[in-house]
Amino acid sequence: MKPLNRLQIAWRAAQDVGDGMVVNLGLGMPVAVADYLHSEADVFIQSENGVIGVGPLAAPEHIDTDLVDAGSRRITLRPGAAIVDSSWSFAAIRGGHIDVAVLGAFEVAANGDLANWDMRLPNKGPLVGGAMDLASCARAVWVIMDHVTRKGAPRLVEKCTLPLTAMRCVKRVYTDHAVVDITQGGMVVREMLAGLSESDLRQRTGAALTFAPDCRALTTPPIELPAGDRA
Amino acid sequence: MAIDKRIGTAAEALADVADGATVFISGFGGAGFPNALIRALRDRGPRQLTLVVNSATHRYSMTHELIEAGLVRKVVCTAARGHSKEPSPFERQWMDGKIELECVPQGTFAERIRAGGAGIAAFYTPVGVGTELAQGKEVRSFGGREYVLEAAIKGDLALIRADSADRYGNLTFRYAQMNFGPVMATAAACVVAEVRTVLAEPIPHERVQLPGLYVDRVVTVGA
Repeated sequence: MKPLNRLQIAWRAAQDVGDGMVVNLGLGMPVAVADYLHSEADVFIQSENGVIGVGPLAAPEHIDTDLVDAGSRRITLRPGAAIVDSSWSFAAIRGGHIDVAVLGAFEVAANGDLANWDMRLPNKGPLVGGAMDLASCARAVWVIMDHVTRKGAPRLVEKCTLPLTAMRCVKRVYTDHAVVDITQGGMVVREMLAGLSESDLRQRTGAALTFAPDCRALTTPPIELPAGDRA
Repeated sequence: MAIDKRIGTAAEALADVADGATVFISGFGGAGFPNALIRALRDRGPRQLTLVVNSATHRYSMTHELIEAGLVRKVVCTAARGHSKEPSPFERQWMDGKIELECVPQGTFAERIRAGGAGIAAFYTPVGVGTELAQGKEVRSFGGREYVLEAAIKGDLALIRADSADRYGNLTFRYAQMNFGPVMATAAACVVAEVRTVLAEPIPHERVQLPGLYVDRVVTVGA
């Protein structure tokens, strides 16, 4: 029973991105989802700086400093891409034109509340960016995160302790241990690492879990992290 | 007299900026920062400025130089976190209580500016409901969903970065350079654009991304 690394979590989430979807990928772990989309899935990745149709990262010889995503990464455009200004970009987000936002998180609560913007770091200013807009208004919000903190505390909780990003917004959570749906009746485990018992998972989770009758093993291909990368 | 919005230097374009001004600054994700204008504003040195800028500290923006120079009393932004363990110039002054911060969700930030430039006093948005960024704001229910009342933002000056201009002030932008530039230009009393180049001929209408009616002054600063 080896927990998934963050690229394997991204791979697993990518399997659920359907043909024709418009998706927004949050900074950090979620942007890696783009690398594992089905080759036959025709997907538009929207970035909140206005790029609709983010392509792969630019090769060093093709970098253009004006062609960036919201994370300042030097990107390319996919065929059919368009670029709009920030007010239009967020009108698209609030207007429900983004099918899925894949976001990182600190905590997700059993009712779908999301905390992902303010860890209350001492001596650091707050950074909200587009997190609240995406979490409140994307048609579906999926979260990618580790199942527990570095200190072993659960991130799936009954009630968030950190400042909320949006209320009752998360539909599905992909962790290094499991795939969990947030339903009217609370958290439902759809997939779980082979070799992990239900009580093991409950021990690492701060909210009540139901196991789906057809709960399956969470499996991914082996994916190596880049050299020097932690966890 | 024929319209001609070209001005020789950034310093001339900013010669009348007063203390206490509310200043919009474009740029996001590494593109569209009007860094030549920011530097010229710092050199002019108006005090007690309110900056309306996406990020108080961005590695590609010179905004921090205005803050470091002690010209800023308040920042309205979506991101106020520095990049390193050491506090940024903003974070230091904010923690010392020398600078006021209003942290706004990015879509609300853009829409408040859009409203300011579009004659809308305030609007209801679902973003932020139930969070600390909506504390103290009116919440109202429409169709069973809750919305927060957010007020428009207007400014005295907008500093924006574009790619090309013509003498009428029409602008084009390269790739993601656009971001907050067009919307900020709608909401400020005086709009100064720094551009890579000014074209001798008018920009064809279908290529104009920001009409010249929003732009007051154009300064060529090169690439």
